[in-house]
Amino acid sequence: MPAPPKRITMDDLEAFAIGAWILGTGGGGDPYFSLLEARQHWGAGKSVDLIDPLSLDDDDAIACIGQMGAPIAMQEKMVDGPLIARTITMMEEHIGRKFKAIMMWEVGGNNGFQPFLAGALLGLPVVDCDAMGRAFPRADMTTFAIRDLPAYPWTMIDIRDNSVILTSAVDWTWMEQMTRKVCTVWGSLAATCKAPRTGRDAKDSACLHTATKALRIGHAVQAARRSHTDPVEAVVKSEHGLLVFRGKVTDVLRRAAEGWLRGTVVIEGLDEHRGATFRVDFQNEWSIGWLNDEVRVTVPDLICLMDTVSGEAVGTETVRYGQRVSVIALPAPAILMSPKGLKHVGPRAFGYDIDFKSIFPESVR
Amino acid sequence: MIRLGIDVGGTNTDAVLVDGKSVLHAVKTATTREVGDGIVTALERLIRASAIDPARIDAVMIGTTHFTNAVVQRRHVARIAAVRIGLPAAATLPPFVDWPADLRSLVQGPTFMIRGGHELDGLPIAPFDREAMKEAAAKIRDAGVEAVGIASVFSPLNYESEQEAAEILSTVVPGISITLSHELGRIGLLARENVTLLNAALVGLANRTAEGFIQALGGSGIKAPLYITQNDGTVSLADQAARFPVHCFASGPTNSLRGAAFLSGLKDAMVVDVGGTTSDVGCLRNGFPREANNNVEIGGVRTAFRMPDLLSIGLGGGTLIDPTDPNKIGPVSVGYQLAERALVFGGSELTGTDVAVAAGLIDLGDKGRVASLDKRFVAAALASCHAMLAEAVDRMKTEAGDVPLVAVGGGCFLVPEAMEGVSEVVHVPHQGVANAVGAAIAQVSGEVDQIFQSMKREEALERAHHIASERAVRAGAVPASLTVVDQEDIPLSYLPFNSLRVRVRVVGDIASNTRV
Repeated sequence: MPAPPKRITMDDLEAFAIGAWILGTGGGGDPYFSLLEARQHWGAGKSVDLIDPLSLDDDDAIACIGQMGAPIAMQEKMVDGPLIARTITMMEEHIGRKFKAIMMWEVGGNNGFQPFLAGALLGLPVVDCDAMGRAFPRADMTTFAIRDLPAYPWTMIDIRDNSVILTSAVDWTWMEQMTRKVCTVWGSLAATCKAPRTGRDAKDSACLHTATKALRIGHAVQAARRSHTDPVEAVVKSEHGLLVFRGKVTDVLRRAAEGWLRGTVVIEGLDEHRGATFRVDFQNEWSIGWLNDEVRVTVPDLICLMDTVSGEAVGTETVRYGQRVSVIALPAPAILMSPKGLKHVGPRAFGYDIDFKSIFPESVR
Repeated sequence: MIRLGIDVGGTNTDAVLVDGKSVLHAVKTATTREVGDGIVTALERLIRASAIDPARIDAVMIGTTHFTNAVVQRRHVARIAAVRIGLPAAATLPPFVDWPADLRSLVQGPTFMIRGGHELDGLPIAPFDREAMKEAAAKIRDAGVEAVGIASVFSPLNYESEQEAAEILSTVVPGISITLSHELGRIGLLARENVTLLNAALVGLANRTAEGFIQALGGSGIKAPLYITQNDGTVSLADQAARFPVHCFASGPTNSLRGAAFLSGLKDAMVVDVGGTTSDVGCLRNGFPREANNNVEIGGVRTAFRMPDLLSIGLGGGTLIDPTDPNKIGPVSVGYQLAERALVFGGSELTGTDVAVAAGLIDLGDKGRVASLDKRFVAAALASCHAMLAEAVDRMKTEAGDVPLVAVGGGCFLVPEAMEGVSEVVHVPHQGVANAVGAAIAQVSGEVDQIFQSMKREEALERAHHIASERAVRAGAVPASLTVVDQEDIPLSYLPFNSLRVRVRVVGDIASNTRV
């Protein structure tokens, strides 16, 4: 039985921002800016309904939206709800059909918020699913790419109102490469409406109920803060995750290149990890974690850095020298760990000659 | 070398003389409406009590919570103009967007969003709209505001837009006080802009306050330079500090924690500072205050500052206690009116100090005036205070084992002698003036912010560390005490030769035999 529609309240927005930022695994951008804009819309009486993907008709038209670019660009240029909404109307004009609902392209970070901004502005509901179950840097790292659904058409707009419609691409990798070039020219940030999906596609090939998951994580952190218990542990417990490392950041190497943010963070251990060193590589999101130079955790397992005290997620663009962080791992959606899935999102897809071995035993996956 | 440390708090103004590792003399006086008056009184008493020749004092360090209090209490903050340069980016989130409504209504004056700013790769977002800036400048002049904060998109990478805007403003409104965001913050527009606007709103107060300090000192015969203590435990010359009052926001707690470390000789400990109105609990790690991580809020405004990780609760020597219910403690305090309103001082209100006198913990004022208090009530009220402090310490504690707790501050008689999770409660001489001691032993820093070209990152960082360390030593730091407190590098892809902008900040203790 599909769940009934849920009206998203102002309180839900706060919890969603916390949960989506943690599911962002370092990328997807800080949802704070979208939260600020959403508060304005909700304050003006707007809101959206969150609907269960299982309630969709097979031929419903669903818009998939998100921003693309380097999170560090978002730190300065922030977000723009009307812009993301325009990518949807642009797509409707292009395909000659109205959308029934909007789904998240990636639940993680600021991008999870985009459908809520656009939904409030356009009066459309948001579908409780996404194409990553987390955040990833590339368009070919999605469940729709893993299932070989078409990658086109695609609309994109920048802040100056430059816009592009890509009418075809032979595969997701080409679509990624073409759009990345455009995004980089525009200052490493663009609003996009990706290839439209049907209700059937969403039910069969998306990560289901991930907005609910973000809300659950957010509520767990809020409850821990209220009761002065450990918010990091609360998330680990709520999502059957694992505390991997606790320490203090001693080096941040950050490079913006080809529209992404790449680099490495070095963390010296504290408490039970004193004397050990943990290193996390990133490409927009945390991709590989090394404990004393041995691989400890890799994509697609979710690697999340959290502020040890507040439980707030730490992003690849905001992590800084001296910060006290906890590294946790959360289980990945099954589709990402299938053999086809690993071709798209396993360590080799990020350029590492490493086999994926989940940090979680088979039984909890 | 002899250093004079002064702490100007909300309730008390304390002054200490420190010579190397020892505290020579300390006095505590009431803070006055004009802060300079309290300083004059403190100095007169200190100089008289110690019989020191004022000319022998090598440096004066003042720590003050004045600017933080102004923001928190919404007093003495100026109405200012705000200019954001970056359209068409960030249009939906204008300046002041995440400020609390009450502070915003006090501070926000004419606000402008103008085309310009830069992209991540250093190219312009849009050509800087000079005409719009000229119009904004004219409106700012007509509005009669004294200060303006200017922030442009990606100014930490390229601050041309901010500088051009400042030049136009200075031409149209000569003498207006201007704060530019690239001088204060890092990447992250909203937090950097917030800090810039807070600074602009406080510059007037900072100038008047620094002038008050200088005048107070002028009459005392002291010839030494005047420094103001900063958030990170270092000092800045008074005139420089007055330009950036936001850098002084956290100096109070920083001084109290560092003072506790100095007085106790402990490097790893919890510290509780019980003042007149609040108790602040912090944590010392390797002799330094443990820092709060993300997004420190000042008076409800989100900033990107580094501050000591601190928990404040409404409990102090002046805290009001309900005479009918020993469990109802605070949060209201009589503050600097303790000497008039507390029972033992002839007043009619029951405070934390009265309960401590009745319990025989201290001898203050007229104990006869609290002799009639019910013994069970006194014990129950003290137990409530103890429980509040124990809970606060427990919340701030991050290690499993027992740790020492250093009790400082004028109201530290309220701290119990034993606590769960605490190995020992450490009392130290001069514990009532730890803040002023912390100011007196403030550190010096060396900073570098420079573009390195044609070299590897490791080499650039190493050179930057070297330059910053040299500067710190030249400023009087002991080489062995140097610690890197901040490091950031940004590649500048719009410049040739593999350009890297590196910022490094190093701090160290002042050598005891040098003049600052």
